[in-house]
Amino acid sequence: MDMLDLLNNFQLNSLMFLIPSLFMFCCGVYGFLTRRNMIAMLISLELMLNAVDMNFVVFNRFLCPGQMDGMFFTLFAIAIAAAETAVAIAIIINAYRIAKDIDVKDLTKMKF
Amino acid sequence: MLSNILIYFVIVPILMLGGLALSRNVKQIRAVAVAGSLVLIAMSVYLLVEYLALRAANIDDPMLFCGSWTWFEALNIHLAVGVDGVSIAMIILTSIIVFAGSFASWKIDNPKAFFLWLILLSTGVFGFFISVDLFTMFMFYEVALIPMYLLIGVWGSGNKNYSAMKLTLMLMGGSAFLMLGLIGIYYNGPVVDGHHTWNILEIVDNGGVDKGWQYFLFPMTFVGFGVLGAMFPFHTWSPDGHASAPTAVSMLHAGVLMKLGGYGCFRVAMYLMPEAAQELSWIFLILTGISVVYGAFSACVQTDLKYINAYSSVSHCGLVLFAILMLNQTAMTGAVMQMLSHGLMTALFFALIGMIYGRTHTRDIREMGGMMKIMPYLAVCYVIAGFASLGLPGLSGFVAEMTIFVGSFQQGMSEFLAGAGSLKLVFTIVACCSIVITAVYILRVVGKLLLGPVQDKHHLQLTDATWWERLSTVTLIISVAAIGCCPNFFADLIRDTFNGDIFHAVLPLN
Amino acid sequence: MEATLPLLILVLPLLMFLFLGLFGKFLSHKWAGIIGTVGMGVTMIIAYYTAYTYFFSGQFVGADGERLQYIVFDQDWLSLWGNLTIKLGFLIDPISALMLVVVTTISFMVHLYSNGYMRDHHGVYETGFQRFYAFLSLFSFSMLGLVVATNIFQMYIFWELVGASSYLLIGFYYTKPSAVSASKKAFIVTRFADLGFLIGILILSFTTETFDFMSLTSSPLPGVENTYYVDAATATTALESAGGQMFLGGSLMTWALVLIFMGGMGKSAMMPLHIWLPDAMEGPTPVSALIHAATMVVAGVYLVARLFPLFMINNAMGGAALDIVTVVGALTAAYAAIVACTQIDIKRVLAFSTISQIAFMMVSLGVSREGMHDNLGYMASMFHLFTHAMFKALLFLGAGALIHAVGSNDYTAMHGLRKHMPITHITFLVGCLAIAGIIPFSGFFSKDEILTACFGNSAVAYVWMSLVAGLTAFYMFRLYYLIFWWKEHNVPQGHHAPKDQPWTMTLPLILLGIVAIFCGFVPFADMVSWNGHAPHHSGINWTVASISLAVAIIAIAIATAMYRKENAMPAKMRSFFPRLWTAAHKRFYFDELYMFITHKIIFDRVCKPIAWFDRHIIDGTMDAFAAITNKASYAIRGLQSGSAQSYVWVYLIGALLLGGGTVAIIFLFF
Repeated sequence: MDMLDLLNNFQLNSLMFLIPSLFMFCCGVYGFLTRRNMIAMLISLELMLNAVDMNFVVFNRFLCPGQMDGMFFTLFAIAIAAAETAVAIAIIINAYRIAKDIDVKDLTKMKF
Repeated sequence: MLSNILIYFVIVPILMLGGLALSRNVKQIRAVAVAGSLVLIAMSVYLLVEYLALRAANIDDPMLFCGSWTWFEALNIHLAVGVDGVSIAMIILTSIIVFAGSFASWKIDNPKAFFLWLILLSTGVFGFFISVDLFTMFMFYEVALIPMYLLIGVWGSGNKNYSAMKLTLMLMGGSAFLMLGLIGIYYNGPVVDGHHTWNILEIVDNGGVDKGWQYFLFPMTFVGFGVLGAMFPFHTWSPDGHASAPTAVSMLHAGVLMKLGGYGCFRVAMYLMPEAAQELSWIFLILTGISVVYGAFSACVQTDLKYINAYSSVSHCGLVLFAILMLNQTAMTGAVMQMLSHGLMTALFFALIGMIYGRTHTRDIREMGGMMKIMPYLAVCYVIAGFASLGLPGLSGFVAEMTIFVGSFQQGMSEFLAGAGSLKLVFTIVACCSIVITAVYILRVVGKLLLGPVQDKHHLQLTDATWWERLSTVTLIISVAAIGCCPNFFADLIRDTFNGDIFHAVLPLN
Repeated sequence: MEATLPLLILVLPLLMFLFLGLFGKFLSHKWAGIIGTVGMGVTMIIAYYTAYTYFFSGQFVGADGERLQYIVFDQDWLSLWGNLTIKLGFLIDPISALMLVVVTTISFMVHLYSNGYMRDHHGVYETGFQRFYAFLSLFSFSMLGLVVATNIFQMYIFWELVGASSYLLIGFYYTKPSAVSASKKAFIVTRFADLGFLIGILILSFTTETFDFMSLTSSPLPGVENTYYVDAATATTALESAGGQMFLGGSLMTWALVLIFMGGMGKSAMMPLHIWLPDAMEGPTPVSALIHAATMVVAGVYLVARLFPLFMINNAMGGAALDIVTVVGALTAAYAAIVACTQIDIKRVLAFSTISQIAFMMVSLGVSREGMHDNLGYMASMFHLFTHAMFKALLFLGAGALIHAVGSNDYTAMHGLRKHMPITHITFLVGCLAIAGIIPFSGFFSKDEILTACFGNSAVAYVWMSLVAGLTAFYMFRLYYLIFWWKEHNVPQGHHAPKDQPWTMTLPLILLGIVAIFCGFVPFADMVSWNGHAPHHSGINWTVASISLAVAIIAIAIATAMYRKENAMPAKMRSFFPRLWTAAHKRFYFDELYMFITHKIIFDRVCKPIAWFDRHIIDGTMDAFAAITNKASYAIRGLQSGSAQSYVWVYLIGALLLGGGTVAIIFLFF
């Protein structure tokens, strides 16, 4: 069996998408919990979001292929994530300007 | 609604608040405060005259000038107003003290905000005294208490944050009891036209509060108001609070707010729940009897002028609650006279202390002396206030105390001779002892502060009272002397309340 | 009698007080003095006229020749309960008319005298001169209000007012710490006594349901408005109203009377409440003459006299009140006389002499019984009150002149002044002779009546009081010799020798001296008696009189021997009884005892612990509530850290536990 056969017989399987998505999500959770740098935390957050977006698309494709709901949701999520990232980056930059530091452990000024 | 004169006692202060908010400079602020308090004095005199005219025309409703306007239909809450002799006495007291207080805070920092809060406070006080609806009464009560926190916390002196917080929290604690009591009264009171009612007069006319519940609700309301009336052991907010408060606030607080406690105790606790009052009065008699001598003894060793007067207030206000609990017409009349007398005389005391403190920057009597030589006017006023406090005839303290003692003794002795226990008799005699202890601490202060050689050379440069200070003190002294010289006028006004049907249940022995 | 004039007696001094008090600083010193003196003079004339009308117009004499009591006016002041109303009124009867005369006379003399006394040697007025006159007027007003009281509560009201004016006047030199503490002591001690008075009034008014003297002791004269006569039957009814209630071994009414007498003990400086009076001498001397010798201190006697029918009937019913009056009086008389023999400060000697003489009056009231000489004691007491006021005011004003001239209160600074100050010397001698009871000076007559009354009661009382009378003569002449005899001090270079004072001071001395000589001849028994009838046994009892005269002369002889010239006898006598002398000199340690009780016990053991308890236990509890709340909130605030990461951790673990748990349950049980 040559390489072409392999490609022709290849069946797309939901697990093939879900496992990387799960991996991405776990990476995101791990990063969010362990990193103290706010940029890193934001990246981790994005990772989690993208993993979820991926799941939306995959489930939409495999469970109800005739509809586009999951796709739309993903597009929304991407748009909102972009906005959210913009806001977050803005906050972080401002925090950096004030505190010269973006470590969450050190940004405690607004606590009671 | 606007045809009822009573409602103007709330409207005028609110208009004053508006005027203050629009004022641009100190002069305008003072003008608004003085004009407003003059209007209030004029209104209370007018109210007094009208009231006496109606009484003279043999109108013997328990309360006159009644009115009731729905405020919140679902819970049957009304803005219900009405006054009797006691409320009128308290309204006059309040307007005089607001007037004197405005002059006493002539040179306060940030006058706009100060007067705004002060007038808001007096709005609450006036509202409380005219209300006969338990809910609005409670609402005005809270309106009167809250500004105190800011007034002490911002304009106070010394350990002001602690004091302001302590005062507010303790009084709020009292309010919690009170609220429980009031809601309990609402739900266990009579049903009128298919609703429970908050209106005091309706509750009494329709059978009063459920007897079983009274034993729970009476202590709740009595303690709730008793905290504000500085009842032992809930009095400790008073020394700290008064010590830190600015002059006018001390005056209003000791002069008027502490009267809210006494007034509430009898208007709500005693009046709505006479049976429980009769049964449970012994507990509170002991507490208030202790207050009377305890406050006096504590005052004997204090060195801070304001602490001395705060403890003296504990003693005098203890006498108010003590007399109310006697359930005797004479003693209760005396209690209200004592409220009037104590209000005016303590306001005078705190005004003078504020003025002396403003000059010497100390309130420690060990660091002062010979003030009679330095500021004779203030010193003479202080002596007069002291004499009023220790019960010199011709000034208000004497008539109030004597009415209380005669009434309490009558009650105590008749119960003793009837074999009903000697508690009231014994505590009456204990309370009588306070006249000696009062003399001790008053003369101690007079001796150390005013007489003797000058302690501090720097004090020799100090000046005597300014015209606004004179006006403030003269107003109070004239009021004190007026009560002391023609007590019958005030006694008759007050006694009316206890004569009518309104108190029939409370006065089983008369 | 019209109400206008009697009302003026009260209103004039009050107006003067207000005028001088409020506008005094706009007046010159001189005019303040003149206004005060003239005002008091007018009051005195009106009072004389009132008393004259009462005694001699014949309007106030009943059918049996008894003197009636007349209420000029009676205004409701404060209604309390039922019929119990405090009134302010004006009662005129023998003793109030007598007191009106005494008070206004002495007050006028003192007003006049102070014009001279309250200046220094160069004629410069003391600071606060106007204030002094204002206070004197206030005192006169209060004292007059007290004596004309129609009810016991009015008496209490003015009783407090005289206490306050006494406080103000003792502390007149307010920069002097000793004066300040003396005034405080006077007020507080009498306040303590007034507590008893107040409770007595409360008991009395509770059982009898009245404050009015007329309802307690008198009956209305039928057909004549506002006129009463003293009636023992009313007093009996009043006493029986208590219905035989007993309390701690005495009947309720006995307790009431004893407590009321306690008030009198305080004001009249009876042992053990006398300690304020010697200290009260810190006040200006005219004040001592007016308040602490002639008028205010006899208020206690006056009070007992006013309620005398009650005391008497109480005694007849077996109550102890009157006996207590006697015993307290007798003990005080002896005590004060002994102490007076050892004092150095001349005003203190006079103060103890005052205490002793007032005790004479008390004893005299105490021994007065209906069966014994027809209540002679009552009349004798009032008589002695009258004469004593005159000669004691004279002595005090004389002492004031001496102090003013010498500048010290101690006799050690005086000696041999008889040549320098002849007027003062003569008048002082008149006072001494009067108080010693030498015929024909006024004290002789009144003291004779008192001793006769004691004699009628019991031999013990008679002997006791005679000995005290002897002591009186002794210590007065000791004082007299020490001041006016002995070798005079050398006047230091550049100083003036002491000399007689200006006319404003000598004139009152002369006037009072004349009165002190002759006022014994006033037909007192016809004018004052407990029920308005003249006692049958009045007049001089020559047996008693000659014995007491002999005692007085012997005492004066001893004093002459010991103190006429400087010699060793006093020191020798002292060394005979060293303990007694020291104790008497220290006034038998009463002051130390009171200091111990007030400072060590009440102040240190009661007040301070209470203040500590309040700050630390009561307030501590409140603070503890706050602290517990704070602690609790700090303890749980970690949950609200604000750190998103820790929230995620908690969320994650919670989600895993919940999810894992759910899965586990499903697998295990289904």
